[in-house]
Formats: sequence, C-alpha cells, structure tokens
Amino acid sequence: MASVTLEGIRKSYERTEILKGIDLTIEDGSFLSLLGPSGCGKSTLLRIIAGLERQNSGHVRIGDDVVDAVRPSERNLSMVFQSYALYPHLSVADNIAVPLRMRRLSTLQRMPLIRHAVPGTHAVEREIRAEVARTAEQLGLGALMRRKPGQLSGGQRQRVAVGRAMVRQPRAFLLDEPLSNLDAKLRVHMRTEIAQLHRALGTTFIYVTHDQAEAMTMSDKIAVMAEGEILQVGSPDQIYDEPACLRVAEFIGSPKINVLNGVVDDAGSVRLGGRDTGCAATATPGSGVSLGIRPEAIALRAPDAAGLRGRLAHTENLGADVFVHLAVEGCEAPVVVRLSQAEARRTRLGDTVGLGFEPAAARLFAADGRRIAPRVGEVAHV
Amino acid sequence: MRPLLSPLSAALPGLARHAALLALAALTLLPFAWMISTSLKPAGEIFLSEIRWWPERLAAVENYSAAFERAPLLRFLANGAIVTLAIFALQVVVNLPAAYALAKLRFIGRQTAFALVLFAILVPQQATAVPLFLLFHQLGLLDSYAALVVPFTISAFGIFLMRQFFMSVPDDLVDAARMDGISEFGIVWRVMLPTAIPAVTAFGIFSVVSHWNDYFWPLVAINSPHLFTPPLGVAAFRNEEAGTDYGPLMAAATIIIAPLVIAFLFAQRRFIEGITFTGMK
Repeated sequence: MASVTLEGIRKSYERTEILKGIDLTIEDGSFLSLLGPSGCGKSTLLRIIAGLERQNSGHVRIGDDVVDAVRPSERNLSMVFQSYALYPHLSVADNIAVPLRMRRLSTLQRMPLIRHAVPGTHAVEREIRAEVARTAEQLGLGALMRRKPGQLSGGQRQRVAVGRAMVRQPRAFLLDEPLSNLDAKLRVHMRTEIAQLHRALGTTFIYVTHDQAEAMTMSDKIAVMAEGEILQVGSPDQIYDEPACLRVAEFIGSPKINVLNGVVDDAGSVRLGGRDTGCAATATPGSGVSLGIRPEAIALRAPDAAGLRGRLAHTENLGADVFVHLAVEGCEAPVVVRLSQAEARRTRLGDTVGLGFEPAAARLFAADGRRIAPRVGEVAHV
Repeated sequence: MRPLLSPLSAALPGLARHAALLALAALTLLPFAWMISTSLKPAGEIFLSEIRWWPERLAAVENYSAAFERAPLLRFLANGAIVTLAIFALQVVVNLPAAYALAKLRFIGRQTAFALVLFAILVPQQATAVPLFLLFHQLGLLDSYAALVVPFTISAFGIFLMRQFFMSVPDDLVDAARMDGISEFGIVWRVMLPTAIPAVTAFGIFSVVSHWNDYFWPLVAINSPHLFTPPLGVAAFRNEEAGTDYGPLMAAATIIIAPLVIAFLFAQRRFIEGITFTGMK
C-alpha cells in the first residue's frame, strides 16, 4: 500500500500535447477517479503511472520512491484493463497465477517440461496454487478455475482480471474503464463490488472513467480532467455542489446543469433577457455571466411580471422523476427542471410557468468559465 | 397460389454453379488422374491412340517397385521432410519476433522496416538466385542441407502474415503481460504465439507446400544425389531413364506428392481457414 504522487507530468505525441503538467496526490488507501471525456489524457496518465508509457517531464512517486525509471512490473502496481486482457490460451487459474509465477519462479522453473526437473519448482507451485485458490474463492470464481476466458461471461472475465490484479498484493490498483464493456445492469452491480473490494483491501485505487455515475458512486475523490489538464480535484459532493468552473459543472450531473447566459446590471443583479434572476454577482456591470442551476434546484410556480418564465415545451417521464423542458426567453437551450410525478401532473404542455430557485443554489461563472462569487448579503428578493 | 418459382427453377442457379465448379475441378484433376493412371500401366499401354483409364494388364507392382529400386525415393522423401521442417521451424523463430516488433513496438524506422518487408515480398526468388549462389559458393556451403534451408529462413511473406495477425491482438494484452513481468521475448513466445496458432498453422501449410515442391533452388544449389529433394529426385529419375520408361516415372511422381495430399486431407479445414484468413486467392 502506498500513496501515489504526480509532479508536473507532461506528455506529448509528436506535436500534440496530451498532458499539460499534471500535479496530483493520491492518498494511501484512497479511491481516486480520473474523470473526463475521451481524449482528455486520463488513460495516458494512468499508463504513465503504470510505467507503460514514459512522461516527457515530471515525476511519478509511489510512496517515497521516484519510479520514473522503474519498469512496469517492478513498480508493484496492478492494472485492470477495459478489455480485461486475459491470456486467451490459459485457464482461469493459470491467468490468475501468471504474476506470481513470473515473480517467484526462475526462468528454468517456468520452462515447459524442464521445470519439473528443477529443484524447488513444486514447492513454489504449491504455494502459488494455494494463493490463487484463495483469491478465486474471494471473488466467487472457485467453480470456474479450469475454464478458458472464451468460455466466461463478461462479468466473470472482469472478475478474473480483478483476481489477477489482486493476487500479487500490489501497492496500488490501476483500473482503466473496467466496466465499460459490461451491460448496464451488470455495470451497476460491479460498481458496488469494486467499491466493496476497495473497502476490504484498503489499497489505493486509481480508477479511470468517462462515466460520471461510476466516479460519483465509488470515489473518495474525483479528479476531473479535460484537454490534458486537471480542472478540479475534490470529493464527489464538492465536485457536484461547488464546481470550480463551468466545464466541471457541465460535465457532472445528468441531466446537465442549466446554463443561463445573463448580464450584470448596475446594481450587480444578474438579468436575463431583461428579467431579474434574483442573483447578484461580484462582477463589472455590463459584463456577461453564466448562471448554472441544477434541474432539481428549480421549482415551477405561477408566472409573475418580473421573474423568469418559460413555456413548457417537452416532458420526459422517467417513472420516479419527470424532466420538463422549458423554452425560456433569451435562452437558447431549453431549461430542464426535475419534478416529482405529482408536480408534473399539475402541468400541461404549452403552459407558461414561472421559474423559482434559491439564489444560493445558483452557481455563477464568468465569461471565461471561471467560477465567480455571488454577492453575499445583497441577494435580491424575488 | 402457385409459387412463382417451381422447385426446379429455384435450384437452377445452384446447379449451374456446381456444374461450372465441377467442370473446373475436373480440368484441374485431369493431369493427376492421368499420372496415377499411367503409373498403373505397362510400357506398351502408355502411348495408345485411344484413351484408356484403366489398363488391360495392371502393372502397378512393377512400376512402383521399379520406382523404389531405380532411385532412392525414400531418401528423397526424407530429405524433403528434413528441409521443409527445418525451414518452417527457423522461419517461425525469425518471423514471430520480427512481426511482433513491427506490430506492437514503437521505434524509429518501423514504417520503413515494414515497407522493406513488403518490398521483399515483391522480389521473385529467381532474381536473387545468382547472388545467393555466389554467396554460398564463397561460404563453401553449396551442395549441403544448409544451402537448401538457410536462404528461406527469413520469409518476408511470413513476417507480413504474422504482423497482420498480431495487429489484431489487443494492445491491452501486451501491456497486461508487461505489468505481469513477462519480458518482450517472453511476450512473443508465451502470449503472442499461443494466440497466433491459427495463423502459424496457415503459414506452415504455405511454407511446407511451397518448399516441398520447390524445384528451382535445389536444382541450382545441389549436385549430390544423396541431398536431392523429391522434385529434384523425380527429375533426375527421368533423365536417368531418358524418358523411355514413363510407368515408373509416374509412379515416383505419385509417391512424392502423396505425403502432401495425405497431409492436406487431414488438415483440409485448417488449410481452407488459412486461405480465408489471409484473404488470399
């Protein structure tokens, strides 16, 4: 077990800069997700930690050791791949045993046929087999030990890949989108299993995903990445409630956060299409601000003369929740509001409704996407 | 309602296809059938004005025993086996690491190296025969097993074929092996080779067939009859007999193609898989 520290990691392929100086500390025993859209450099970063890829500059530290020049197998990390990467010609038991055999048996002891004649092979083999059996039992693979990967379901293969990673008792686990090849139902189930495994092992987990639900449900901390940079590191709650910038706010949450583009008036209130939003910002009068507001933070009410209003253009019924889309004047994208079934029944398509929200629930962003503070104590009444 | 097509007319395109294929197959098989037929005939029945498939007097025993008596056919067969198997084994030893490097390692000049491999496929064997002959002469290796085997140990076609197959092996598998502590050569033999068995088999069939049947290079490189490969043996046989005795000659020809035909019958499925797999033909 160990912490993992990244210091100024940069990587480019030919002229394209993939990672633009990453600094990150992953505490010992914590579960950190690298979350970002595809192509943001998160997998490259994981491969650099693993040693499969070499950074152009910067350092990787595992515990207290700088491991920049250390080969992948000697970093004592385990990796679970998106495609599982099981050896197709080996049985489940042999797949799990590979990392142990490679470390504990000499070259001669691994040679086919000759191995039996080399002293000590059998004792080590017995030990390895016992450890493999223990790991397999923990993962519920006991009955499948003789099968080949081709004869396993996606979930079972996933488990074998986890078993192969676990058996060597690594200092940290690296997981590269391990759930994205599973169907939706199994993915939700495996989410729980991986979180439980992390709790049981207490080892550092570094988990790469583009799926915010996976990151939100399993992580202690999330590092949100985009275009080779870390935008924000924080707990799932922090990332969701206090996004550091508009990109993080837009990336997290489903449906997406509503972004209303307003203008700050002379009094500091944010106005949208001439109407008062009830929010005030510490920004130069006349400058544009984006107002981010989550769908669950908005309530519908009777329209009034001054406040925001919209026409109910579309509804999506998801059973427990209903998402209604409102066409709001001065706003290009529809504003999505989350309602309960009962609330939704009181509305009808084409209705004009007022939008109400606590100004404290709104997040304000400057034109360049930076978060800006609301003006405290001066929040206008709606 | 009557069906638009009667069963017969529905089957017609299929029948036509099969008729065409049968005709082509018959055309291909005709010389082989004639060879076997001739190998069973006594000398007097070989050059007749009429076509006779089955001889009036069966001379199989004379012809086949004459074939074995007048030339060391078994020796030729053994030479063929030694040479083709040695070539194939060495080709695998060379091709797999080369193909792995071209498919999975990143290094400067990889594209150029691969382009050279493709270029080498285009060079016909005959073009390099004279320089090779001179080289082996300088090395004093002519007229030996080495002369028969060494020129073919590096097969550009084999490297190309295996490289194409390795491209389809996911990179993750290679990375997983690296994480597990397997060395690069270890990856070739312990990870890539087992996944590439179908491709290696396909290549093996191509390699063995073409070198078993190769006439040109052994003719250039070999003088001593005890090193003759089967095609050379049969040819020598014919020269020796000055074309007078076609019965034993055809018997000898039948004997030397028999191992390949038998192997093909056993490995028919693999062979067809190999051809479809390479997308050739």
